[in-house]
Amino acid sequence: MRDTAISVEHLTKTYRITDSSKHTNRVTEAILQRARHPFRRTQFTTLAAIDDLSFDVNWGEAVGIIGRNGAGKSTLLKLLTRVTAPTKGTIDLGGRVGSLLEVGTGFHPELTGRENIYLNGSLLGMTRKEIKRRFDEIVDFSGVEKFLDTQVKRYSSGMYVRLAFSVAAHLETEILAIDEVLAVGDAEFQAKSIAKMRDAAHDGRTVLYVSHQPQTVTTLCSSALFLENGKLSFSGSVDGALSKYRESFARFQEDQRDPANRPGTGALRFTFGAVTEQIQDPADDTVVEFEVGPNPDVIGKYYVSCHINDADGNVIVQCDSRLTGAWFSPAAHQRGALVIRSVWFKPGRYSIDLFVCQAGIIDTWEAADSFEVLPSTPYPEFTSDDAMSHGVILADFRYEVNP
Amino acid sequence: MNRIIIRPPGRFNMPPIREFWDAREVLYRFGVRDLVLRYRQTAVGVAWVVLQPLVSAGIFSIVFGQVAKLPSGGVPYFLFSFVGMLAWSVFNSIVSRAANSLVANQALVSKVFFPRLMVPLSSVISVLIDFAVGFILLIVLLLIYGLNPGWWILLTPLWLICVLLISAGVAIAASAITVRYRDVTYLLPWILQILLYATPIAYALSAVPPDLRWLFELNPLTWLMETVRWTTLGQPAPAVWQLVALPLSCILVFIGGVLLFQRFERSFADFI
Repeated sequence: MRDTAISVEHLTKTYRITDSSKHTNRVTEAILQRARHPFRRTQFTTLAAIDDLSFDVNWGEAVGIIGRNGAGKSTLLKLLTRVTAPTKGTIDLGGRVGSLLEVGTGFHPELTGRENIYLNGSLLGMTRKEIKRRFDEIVDFSGVEKFLDTQVKRYSSGMYVRLAFSVAAHLETEILAIDEVLAVGDAEFQAKSIAKMRDAAHDGRTVLYVSHQPQTVTTLCSSALFLENGKLSFSGSVDGALSKYRESFARFQEDQRDPANRPGTGALRFTFGAVTEQIQDPADDTVVEFEVGPNPDVIGKYYVSCHINDADGNVIVQCDSRLTGAWFSPAAHQRGALVIRSVWFKPGRYSIDLFVCQAGIIDTWEAADSFEVLPSTPYPEFTSDDAMSHGVILADFRYEVNP
Repeated sequence: MNRIIIRPPGRFNMPPIREFWDAREVLYRFGVRDLVLRYRQTAVGVAWVVLQPLVSAGIFSIVFGQVAKLPSGGVPYFLFSFVGMLAWSVFNSIVSRAANSLVANQALVSKVFFPRLMVPLSSVISVLIDFAVGFILLIVLLLIYGLNPGWWILLTPLWLICVLLISAGVAIAASAITVRYRDVTYLLPWILQILLYATPIAYALSAVPPDLRWLFELNPLTWLMETVRWTTLGQPAPAVWQLVALPLSCILVFIGGVLLFQRFERSFADFI
């Protein structure tokens, strides 16, 4: 008998995507179709969300699962938690798997906090004894003891999330699967949650953590899996997986330079797009230059747009040229520049996405370029780091003191 | 420690009994939730449980007893239709509440693992509570009317098990099919409505014209109604073949429902 927490062999999950025009979810239509074409099988294409994965996870390991959107991270977690069944292969689990998928699934707004703790706890696989034993701890951790007998529909969203997370965090299953729920509540609660998750791994339990955010993986995990298009392309140290992740981003960026690989109708394409200053200070203006090729067949004018995303993929600003009244004619080759002022980006790495739009999107150029904002402060005084650690961007502000 | 091995599902999956036992707490919590939700924020609360069967029995005794003047085997018509409604409402409530239960709980079904069979089955719990209230009401009515059904009334648990099995079987199958085809949501109330009149619930089987009676006797619910009136109202016992066929058909329907459910279960999260 094996002594791993999880052993996965040749795991595959395929989804059948039925041709949408022929798909039906009405009984009458399904019967009619079968009657009309008794021998024809439904037409579908198969999509492998998880493709022939094999790996082992040892006890006491905290494993981060990283990958771009649609790489199969969440599907893998769903398979491991038995929410959906594999198409091929086996999963061999050394114990119960508790899942902390989306906070508050299974909470019922009409029930009180106390009733919900019991309902949710039992759904997550705890026995009544376990819930009773840990009840006080759960309530304590969430900090909602005053409202325990109030219906949760009257809770503030913060209280709701804290209670839901607390129930899940006190699961006593041997394996714990987490899908990006640590980013709930205020900073203090987040720190408490991360500490709690780390304790779980120290107790010899196994933690699986799916994330888009490299930072949390680094702080929480002892090893990592990197998924790409449903395939396992790296398994091992966190640093190794993260460098693989960055490499794949660089490859994606390279790939997107070729307009043939880009989504959109393609009637017009960017021929150039770049940030003028690759390295800048927070208070600097950000300038993005672009060129769009001509296409005399396109009727009417078009506008361009630019998104600036932080390292976690959150869109920080969206700059549509239609907002400033800048429209471009498709008859000629267009050159232009976008100047972003009055935004102080926080130190870190940013990527830009460029779009050509009319009624629909003509060209989408994701990760067209990136730039680095240096960790220098635009403010006159130097203080400790936590003076700037909250918030998404920095602001140009001043205090007026009226005695 | 036991290792859990997950493999791709086969064509027919036997329900894992151990898993159900481990998840009994879920069943209980679901039942409590249904009960609490039903009567929280209602003005008269539990009185609804008493009011509903009384009013529908009253309507039926007026329509069938007074207007149509149908025979009721010497029993007061009100009592006659009350007993019919008592057994029918177990079937009706379980089926209609459970059919939509998986879709109503789709957030759970697509996110958390637990034996999915618990979702439709949990509707049985709150219906049982309703039945208990209804049965006490029946005893009171029997005393008021001064009708003694004899010792046969002790057989009540047996037919109750039968009606639970057959309604759970239908309910489980309906809830599984609803996940793929929402038509069931529209079809089912209609079928239940037809069954209510096609089954001798508010009228006696003896009131059915003899040349049509074979059609009524094909319906397992007819056998059930005859058994119910025999045990609780002291009416003549149904034919022996019906007494044998009733439990058999109920067990078959239940097993069929569970097998169908198991067949559909593994793909719920992908379809819902």
